[in-house]
Amino acid sequence: MEEKELLPHLFRTEYRKLVAVLCYLFGIEHVEVAEDIASDTFLAAAETWAIKGVPENPAAWLYTVAKNRTKNYLKRNTVFEQKVASEIRYSSDKEAEIDIDMSPKNITDSQLAMIFAVCNPLIPAESQVALALNLLCGFGVQEIADAFLLNKEVVYKRIQRAKEKLKEGRISITQPSVPEIGERLETVLTTIYLLYSEGYYSISQNTTLRKELCAEAMRLNFLLIDNELTDRPEASALLSLMCFHSSRFEARTNRNGEMVLYEDQDESLWNRELIERGTYYLSRASTGEKLSRYHLEAGIAYWHTHKEDSHEKWTHILDLYNHLLAIEYSPIAALNRIYALAKVSGKEAAIGEAEHLNLTNNHFYYSLLGNLYAGIDDTQATTHYETAIKLAHSESDKAILFRNIARLQDNAG
Amino acid sequence: MDEFLLVFRRDFQNRENQPSPEQLQEHFQKWHAWYDKMASEDRIVLQRRWDGEGLVVNAQKTVLNGPYAEIKEAIGGAVIIRAANYEEAAEFAKAVPILEFGGNVEIRKAL
Repeated sequence: MEEKELLPHLFRTEYRKLVAVLCYLFGIEHVEVAEDIASDTFLAAAETWAIKGVPENPAAWLYTVAKNRTKNYLKRNTVFEQKVASEIRYSSDKEAEIDIDMSPKNITDSQLAMIFAVCNPLIPAESQVALALNLLCGFGVQEIADAFLLNKEVVYKRIQRAKEKLKEGRISITQPSVPEIGERLETVLTTIYLLYSEGYYSISQNTTLRKELCAEAMRLNFLLIDNELTDRPEASALLSLMCFHSSRFEARTNRNGEMVLYEDQDESLWNRELIERGTYYLSRASTGEKLSRYHLEAGIAYWHTHKEDSHEKWTHILDLYNHLLAIEYSPIAALNRIYALAKVSGKEAAIGEAEHLNLTNNHFYYSLLGNLYAGIDDTQATTHYETAIKLAHSESDKAILFRNIARLQDNAG
Repeated sequence: MDEFLLVFRRDFQNRENQPSPEQLQEHFQKWHAWYDKMASEDRIVLQRRWDGEGLVVNAQKTVLNGPYAEIKEAIGGAVIIRAANYEEAAEFAKAVPILEFGGNVEIRKAL
């Protein structure tokens, strides 16, 4: 790797490991100390490596420096040591040298324990993703602010509040026990999916950053699958879902950064490798008795990787939506189900059910009605699209709706 | 021209400003640039890479690990440069990147 990319790359991969291992050692009360030591280690690298180049094994260099920094910190800061000594995870023998374990096993264990501590229902939903990005992925406040198009101060406060919550709740950073996993894994997966959705559906124009958020979500999910303890079918199902979605990343925006609808996407831009991986994880998820929402959503996403319309495809999708609505209702899923219904049973049948939903403050509802009426009653269709435009928030949603109206006029003309 | 010892200390306690990968890269390049400037003007008398450990002996003659003069200040590195006087040495010190993240530079003239 080029020297000029090395340090940022190492920061992305190693900073979060240092934070995880140190938090695992200190406990969540001292998360700031862990973050300071990790940051300081990288600043030391920038200073030292500038003089005579990068050491042969840069990661090992970082680990050694971080270990020494930590030992020094513990020795120097007697207050900290006294407070931590009783709680800390190493031998209670005061004379023994503190061991900061940077072995691959301990790094993995620390990261897993951190995931379970950070993805905690105590944290308000709005802070959950920011905290995960900060503590699990090593994203700084400014980067998170850029990703969410939020003010830096707002993000900082959210993260601080979330950290306070973890401290107040005396959340311990430990390996989850087997009986706990079923329940707690659900919260973890919810957070990962939220993080992914932030990247995938964000209105931010920064494509690189959005892809990074998606990649981070997938990486965290992979850590779960890679660990015997958390390798549950629903974790594979979520990873499968994210692989299928990500396979369309290049196809879903055009050169001007505008959204390209599924029907209009250039199939050759779909990432075959990700589709294959998605299929692999979906088959891996197909064990056990529990059918999670991720299984169903991954199944729907799987059928969408077949571009060609077929009765079989839409019957499967409709069936999966029926299941999904039964276990977890959401207006968007209900609207998508109607779309599938139209494909299976025709637009007239779908219109009746759609109007039944009566989601009159949802622009997707009017957008769907516009689609269903198109070709049946174009005047009605146009009216629905116009209502949708009034309700839509993002410019890209509006642009799509305007294009739909234009298409109706072309067909008529 | 006199010789001046520049000692770099870092005290990173600024969570709000956790460096981003890009900032870290810029920081690295600034260090490069600073040393390059000194070298191109033939100002470097002694430049070394120092190890991250070091020892400190205190009044009780206890030998402590770590290059910490004060509790939190870590000595990053040190360099001896040539400068006309304290004022000029201070001007060079102002450009030392360690200042970006809450560090400081101590200057001593060699007699």
